[in-house]
Amino acid sequence: MAREGLTINPAKTCQPIGAMYAALGIHGCLPHSHGSQGCCSYHRSTLTRHYKEPVMASTSSFTEGASVFGGQANLLASIETIFSVYDPDVIAVHSTCLSETIGDDLQQITKKAKDDGKIPEGKYVIYASTPSFVGSHITGYANMVTGMAEQFAVSTGEKTDQINIVAGWMEPSDMREIKSLASLMDAKIVLFPDTSDVLDAPQTGKHEFYPKGGVTIDELRSTGDSKCSLALGCMSAEPAAIALDKKCKVPFETLDMPIGLSATDRFIMALSKAAGKPVPASITAERGRVVDVMADMEQYFYGKKVALFGDPDQIMPLTEFLLDLGMKPVHIVSGTPGNRFEKRMKEILERAPYANFKNGAQADMFLLHQWIKNEPVDLLIGNTYGKYIARDEDIPFVRFGFPILDRVGHSYFPSVGYSGAMRLIEKILGVLMDQQDRMALEEKFELVM
Amino acid sequence: MKGKEVMDTQNINLLEGREKQVYEKTAGGAEVEIACDKTSLSGSVSQRACVFCGSRVVLYPVADAIHIVHGPIGCAAYTWDIRGAVSSGPELHRLSFSTDLQEMDVIYGGEKKLYRSLVELIDQYQPNAAFIYSTCIIGLIGDDIDAVCKKVAREKGIPVLPVHSEGFKGTKKDGYKAACHALMKLIGQGSTEGISACSINILGEFNLAGEAWIIREYYEKMGIEVVATMTGDGRIDAIRRSHGASLNVVQCSGSMTTLAKDMEEKYGIPFIRVSYFGFEDMSKSLYDVAQHFPDRPDIMEKAKEIVRDEIRKYYPEMQKFKAALTGKKAAIYVGGAFKTFSLIKALRTIGMSVVLAGSQTGNKEDYKNLKEMCDEGTVIVDDSNPVELSKFILEKEADLLIGGVKERPIAFKLGVGFCDHNHERKIPLAGFIGMYYFAREVYESVMSPVWQFAPRKGGLR
Repeated sequence: MAREGLTINPAKTCQPIGAMYAALGIHGCLPHSHGSQGCCSYHRSTLTRHYKEPVMASTSSFTEGASVFGGQANLLASIETIFSVYDPDVIAVHSTCLSETIGDDLQQITKKAKDDGKIPEGKYVIYASTPSFVGSHITGYANMVTGMAEQFAVSTGEKTDQINIVAGWMEPSDMREIKSLASLMDAKIVLFPDTSDVLDAPQTGKHEFYPKGGVTIDELRSTGDSKCSLALGCMSAEPAAIALDKKCKVPFETLDMPIGLSATDRFIMALSKAAGKPVPASITAERGRVVDVMADMEQYFYGKKVALFGDPDQIMPLTEFLLDLGMKPVHIVSGTPGNRFEKRMKEILERAPYANFKNGAQADMFLLHQWIKNEPVDLLIGNTYGKYIARDEDIPFVRFGFPILDRVGHSYFPSVGYSGAMRLIEKILGVLMDQQDRMALEEKFELVM
Repeated sequence: MKGKEVMDTQNINLLEGREKQVYEKTAGGAEVEIACDKTSLSGSVSQRACVFCGSRVVLYPVADAIHIVHGPIGCAAYTWDIRGAVSSGPELHRLSFSTDLQEMDVIYGGEKKLYRSLVELIDQYQPNAAFIYSTCIIGLIGDDIDAVCKKVAREKGIPVLPVHSEGFKGTKKDGYKAACHALMKLIGQGSTEGISACSINILGEFNLAGEAWIIREYYEKMGIEVVATMTGDGRIDAIRRSHGASLNVVQCSGSMTTLAKDMEEKYGIPFIRVSYFGFEDMSKSLYDVAQHFPDRPDIMEKAKEIVRDEIRKYYPEMQKFKAALTGKKAAIYVGGAFKTFSLIKALRTIGMSVVLAGSQTGNKEDYKNLKEMCDEGTVIVDDSNPVELSKFILEKEADLLIGGVKERPIAFKLGVGFCDHNHERKIPLAGFIGMYYFAREVYESVMSPVWQFAPRKGGLR
């Protein structure tokens, strides 16, 4: 089907939800949606379905009047209400297609709030412009993380021994794993944003409006004095590292998100080099175990065709990992537009000239399904929306990415690092072997695999 | 700073400006009128949605039409197959179509893109109609959606219906109205030949988990022809001829009363309000319909028979639940107020009392009725927020919360059982059998062994 205008079954969503997710990674922060009530409600619902956690965010509740006269009054009133009632340390405002189109200037409005004394002493309002008609949820995430860096980082002129790690869009479990790896290496880091202990909070019998996790304001301020930054993801993390470099002269290195063996190797080496610390034996041993499983099971991976879809910073290293496992990533789709992504994918896919790859406009689930019908695959990897294709075509399916609305685990078990690689291997093998068992003829039904 | 005490959900103050939307029924208490139909306070963590959401939920279950969201990608992405409105045939409604407007479209207008998208879609899927939803920025960039729809309708020979659902142009209720207006354009276009004199339309039933099928079967057993269900398991042809029915039976009054009134005015079809939740209201909805056909006593006879048989079938089974649940307390926070009435009665059937009752979109009359129905000590809220809900659930020691997706994890964090009475219900809760399922679900959640590890009010036990 030739298409010019239409998107069918999108492989992306809009900027503001990314900004909301990022803002939840600041301790004591209330994300604020400057737009209609529905935006905030949809984002909260989607994040709640993905995390099975309460997600708190406020809205400017635009009316027709606001849309004619501008949303300044709504935002000023919101800031006042939020500080007096919900008492956060930070309000992180993001715009919407509506407030962008009517031309609200968040910088000017938040400045006015400060000048008018609506922001109490020791409290902060940060902002990010996140028009829904540009980029995707990944862009919104990157914009809010950049906002954190730009608006909090301070340079005292004296560098510290600290390394900034800018987290691309990953799960709370992934952020926990990054911190754990750094701690094993004895590297002093500040990770931001950090949604661990926010969106994977324990049951305590209380509804904690501001759970205990999240990067603190002091930590964010200190990022300006760090000796360097590692940005995990060229799309969702790098813009914040660039902003820190510009504002506070913090040099940075951009890495692929550490998903799979090779990308994790690069991350560990970069961290070791930046921190001036050797890689501890425990990490080396963990890596060894991953390679061991890869070797033990190589026959089950080799030559298997895979279709995958999702967000750029995750898809890039995942594609590389599949190739490292001997699999053939034949169809790859991401709704998020971006030249960096295309360029990096071309590099990774040099080993796989057969692969179909598309991102941006009309790179959606409908296209992926068409490709799969033309050239069937043995495995599908992507978010929950892949389940329709997996069912129609009877393809083993590994859930990976955002959103996952029908399974748990993603917020508790990492996909990054060596333990993430191990988990991916286990999941991929699990579905492939289940399928083999299900389809096997009686005489070929194997006990030992 | 009062913040500390405010954020301790066990000891919070009400949001300033919210005093009039919260009411506690006390003996000899002042008769305060609940302020409702208000837009939410700017800056509140409201549980409400927008105009687009209202239109989308009402029209979504029409399964042989394409639903195309005109705007940036988000509105289509967030409403993609999130409502379990099942279809017995085509499933076009479960796909997500968007014009995915980009910056250039916002600057130069999205009409051409919409036109192309519609043509491509109609050629590909051959639907019986198309609904085009305007989102926020369409209202600002000034696309003439009506003109595009007319043009495509003419070229493709199917109804192409604009739904004016710009998010900021009112509340969710205005979205319901916009959806009803779109439906009104279809109604009257089909032939009413062969429709029985004893016929109805089922309005405001969305066939979540197959509920419309249950209800339809009762009416058909009574000897009544169901012309159209709007919109559960909905079909364009049925809707087009629905003006041939002699009665509109309206559930979910918030969303569909507009349509019932318009049909009454234009086609002289009377309507009644019903509810299918709980034995009491379910029975009444069969009797009320039977009463509309007084010259057919057999219909009433049949209704009585159904009620007798069904209650005989499920009532004994429910006694086990009732024995365990008697004395337990429930909190209700749902979209429409009318549903709250039924839930209060249904909960009483299984021995439970209601300590908190509220809705996102109730009107003055709803809240008046609610006050009359509730026991003393019950808190009534309009357009509530998580802080308030947590406060009252803990204060009133509720054992169960009935709500929607955003409320579920709050209940679980507090160590309280939960029942989804919204989009995400997995089993039918309507009808006699639905009451049984409801009782079972409440029982299973309230009595779950998990709560022994998830103590209320904090701390390890």
